[in-house]
Amino acid sequence: MPGKSRAQRIVIVGASLAGLWGAATLRKEGFDGVLTIIGDENDPPYDRPPLTKQVLTGWVAPDHTVLPHLEPLGDTRWLLGTPAAHLDRRAGEVVLADGTRVPYDLVLIATGVRNRPWPVDEQATLGGVCGVRTRGDAARLIGHLEAGVSRVVVIGAGFTGSEVASACRHRGIDVTVVEQAQAPLTGALGGVVGDVAANLHTTNGVDLRCGVTVDALEGSGGTFRAAALSDGTTVDADVAVVALGGMRNTEWLADSGLASGPLGVAADAGCRAVAVNGLVTDDVFVAGDVARFAHPLFDYQFLTLEHWENAVVGAQVAARNMICAPEDRRPHACVPTFWSTQFGVNIKSVGVPSLADQIIVTQGSTGAGSFAAAYGDCDGRIVGAVTFDHGRWIDHYRGLIERAAALPEPYDADLPDKPEPARFPPHPAATYHGPTVVVTGHSPTRMDAVRLPDGRSARDY
Amino acid sequence: MTTSPVATTTATTAASADLMRQVTDAANRHDPYPIYARLRENRVNLLSDGSYALGRYADVVGLLHDPRISSDPHHASDPGSRLLVDNAPFIQRDPPDHDRLRFIATRYFGPPVSPGVVSGQEPEILSFVNGLVDDLPSSGEADLVDHLAYPLPVSVICGLLGVPKTDDEQFHAWTEEIVRGLDAEQQEGADDLIKQREQAQIAMFGYVTELVQRHRTQPDGSMLSRLANDQTGQQMTDGELGTTSLLLLIAGHETTVNLTANGVLTLLRNPWALERLRAEPDWVIPLVEELLRFEPPVQYLPNRVALADIDLDGTTIPKGARIVLLVAAANRDPDRFADPDRFDPDRGDIEHVGFGSGIHYCFGAPLARIETQASLTAFARRLAGPRLAADPPPYRPSPVLRGPLHLRVTYDKRD
Repeated sequence: MPGKSRAQRIVIVGASLAGLWGAATLRKEGFDGVLTIIGDENDPPYDRPPLTKQVLTGWVAPDHTVLPHLEPLGDTRWLLGTPAAHLDRRAGEVVLADGTRVPYDLVLIATGVRNRPWPVDEQATLGGVCGVRTRGDAARLIGHLEAGVSRVVVIGAGFTGSEVASACRHRGIDVTVVEQAQAPLTGALGGVVGDVAANLHTTNGVDLRCGVTVDALEGSGGTFRAAALSDGTTVDADVAVVALGGMRNTEWLADSGLASGPLGVAADAGCRAVAVNGLVTDDVFVAGDVARFAHPLFDYQFLTLEHWENAVVGAQVAARNMICAPEDRRPHACVPTFWSTQFGVNIKSVGVPSLADQIIVTQGSTGAGSFAAAYGDCDGRIVGAVTFDHGRWIDHYRGLIERAAALPEPYDADLPDKPEPARFPPHPAATYHGPTVVVTGHSPTRMDAVRLPDGRSARDY
Repeated sequence: MTTSPVATTTATTAASADLMRQVTDAANRHDPYPIYARLRENRVNLLSDGSYALGRYADVVGLLHDPRISSDPHHASDPGSRLLVDNAPFIQRDPPDHDRLRFIATRYFGPPVSPGVVSGQEPEILSFVNGLVDDLPSSGEADLVDHLAYPLPVSVICGLLGVPKTDDEQFHAWTEEIVRGLDAEQQEGADDLIKQREQAQIAMFGYVTELVQRHRTQPDGSMLSRLANDQTGQQMTDGELGTTSLLLLIAGHETTVNLTANGVLTLLRNPWALERLRAEPDWVIPLVEELLRFEPPVQYLPNRVALADIDLDGTTIPKGARIVLLVAAANRDPDRFADPDRFDPDRGDIEHVGFGSGIHYCFGAPLARIETQASLTAFARRLAGPRLAADPPPYRPSPVLRGPLHLRVTYDKRD
C-alpha cells in the first residue's frame, strides 16, 4: 500500500489496557507482521478499575477481570513475567531483564505506572501493609478484610484511597483515612468539590483526618499495628493501605535517549516519543498512563492522564499512527474523561479540572451531594467539569469544552451565579528529581542536548 | 453541538410545517425517511404551531444533554394538555423531581439494588416466545403483530409490574387512545384526539390506582407491589405511583411491539440478514442495535421545551418554545453514519439515539433488547420460507410510536 508503513516487527512494551488496545488496533488496521507484547506481570491483560470497586466489595473475583480481546490478535507473541530493562534504539531492540533481546521496527511504550510504595522499607514490609494496583494486591487486601480486621487505615484520599475506604465501609469495616490536603480528591478536583467528598466520607462513617500525614507505620512481630500521625495521634489498625498515587515506569528508558523521567515519556500529540534533544522520533510511540503528551486543546501543555479512557484512546491513536501514511496521522486530542464510584455515588469528570482557577456549580446541589460543576481557567474559559450522581449530563460539558466555550452560568435556579476559586493545592514540592538535561556544543546552530547520568547534576558535570 | 460546515438554514414556516405535516400524514407512515432527510437539510425547522423541529444527529444529541431543555410541559408558553401534569411521571419532569422518581422506580427494576430483575426474565421470555410460535399454524399465514410482537411484551410487563394479564384488552384499548393522541398538539383540528386521550388517561389512572391499592393488601413481590409497599422513607406519593405505573405499563409494551414488528419486517425485506440470523443466533445482538437506528420505535420526541433562548449559529429558539427532536432523522444523518439508509448490523459504529440519550434515556431499554432479541431469533429459526403478504403492511396511526398494525406473513413450515 503506497505511503503505508513497511514495518514488519512491532513490539508493545506493557501488557495492560493500553498494550492490549494497541495490539487490537494494529491488527484491526491491517498490520499482519510480527507482533510481540511484553509485560512484567504474569497475567494476561486485565481491567484495573474494578479492583478498588466491585472486586474489593466482593461482587467480582479478582481473576474475573480479564480484558476481552475485541479484535482477533492473530499470531501474537506474548512475553509475560519479565520486565523490559532497556530500550536500545541504536540496535532497534527491547532488552528484557533476563537479557533477551527483542528486535523491532516500531515500538509502542505502554509501561504505565506502579504504586508509590511506603518510603520506609522496614515499615512497608510489615504484614498488613498493602497497596492496590494489581489484582494480586486486591486479592491480598481482600484476604485481610475477610480475615476479620478491627480497623483499616488508608493513607491518601485520592480516588484509589477513597474507593478503598468506601469498600471497607460497604463491608462494615471501620476505616480511618489520612490525607495531607484539607479534603479528599483535592488534587484532582479542588477544594470546593473536596469538601463535598469529605462530607461523603464522614456521613458514611469514615474517620477522616485531613491536613495530617502519617509519620510512621508501627508494628510488632513483623505485623502492622498502628499508624503514628503528624498531629501526634496514633491510629490502631490491622491493615494499612498505601494510596499515595503512582510512579511512572520509565527507569528502564534512562539510557534510551528519550525525554523520559518521573513525569513520564514526552510525546507529541500524535503519540510519537520525543528524544532527549526535544526532537520527535519516528519509530517510538507512547500511550497510556506513562505518556506525557502535548494536548492541542490545552495550550499544547504536556499532560499525563492516568485514566482508563486515555489508555484506550491513546493506544488506538498511537497504533494507527504507527502504521498509517504520515499524512494520515491524527492527534490524540479527545477531551479526557474519568469516573469513580464511592459511597454509592457516581462521580464523573471531563476535561482537566486541575488546570482551572475557578469553579461554578451549575446543576443540583452540593449540599445534597448531587450536582454538576464547571471549571474555568483564568480567562473564563471552561476547561473541565465534574458530576456527582449527574453523569448523564456530562456530554453537555464535554461539548462545551470541545468548543472552548465560556464558563457557563448555572442552569438551575437558586444557585450562586458567580464562580468561586476552585482551591487546587499549589503543586506539591517535588518528591523526586527529574533527570538533568544539558545542552552542549560551540556553535549556536550545532548544539545538542544530552541527559546526564542519574545522580549527577549539572554542577558536578 | 458541533458546528456543521454546511451553512445554517432555518426553513421558512410554510415549507417546514408542510414537511412535518407530511410526517404525520398517514399516507407516508410506511416510509417517512425521505421526509426526515428534507427536514435535516435545515438545521432548525420552525413549524406552524411555533415549535421547532431538529433532525441533525449532533443537534439532537446536543439538545438531549442540554440542561436548557425541559421535559416538563409546564414550561411551555403554550402548555397544551395539562391533564395529569400535577403528578406527572418522570418522563415529563425535570430534575430534581425527575431524578427522585426515576431513582425510586429503578430501585425495583435494575442495578444496583435489583440487578437480577431484567436478566431474571430471560428464561421465561424464551419459553413464552417459543410457546407463541408453537401456537402458530404449522404452515400457511399468521399475523405476527397479533401473535408474536404484541403478546410477548404485554405478558412480560404484566408479570413484571404485577398487572393481571386478563385485563389486557381493557388497558390496551386505553393505551391505543393515549398513543393516538400523543402528538395531537402538533396536529391541526385534533381536539377530539386530545379529548379521547384525556378520557383514556383518567380511566387508566383510576384502574392502576385501584391496582396499587390491591397490592397494598395482597403484596406479591412484583414491581408495583414493591413500589406500593416501599418503606425506605423515599417512596412515591400515591399520585406519583399511579402515573408512574401508567407510564411503565404503556411504555413497557407499546414501544417493544413496534420494535419487534419493525424487526420482522426488516428481516423479511433483507432475506440475506434473515439467513444469517438463522445460522448465527448471536448476531441478533448487533442486529437489534442496528434496528434501533434504522427503524426506531419512537420516531421523535415531540414535547421538549426551551428553558432559555437557545442560539444555534444565529437561529434563536426562544424560551418557552416547544422543541421536536427527530431521533429517527438523527439516526440516518449521513454526517454521523456512513451509508445511513442501508441496514447493516455489522457497521460497528452504532451510537444510535433509538433509546434517546441523557437523563430520559429509555428506562426499559435492557428489557426491550432481551424481548426483541428473543422474538426475532425465534422468528428466524422456527419459520421456514417466510414472506410478507403485503408490503408495505398497514400501519398503526401514531407517527411517533410508529409500527405495523398487522404483519401478515405466509410461511412453508413452522418448526
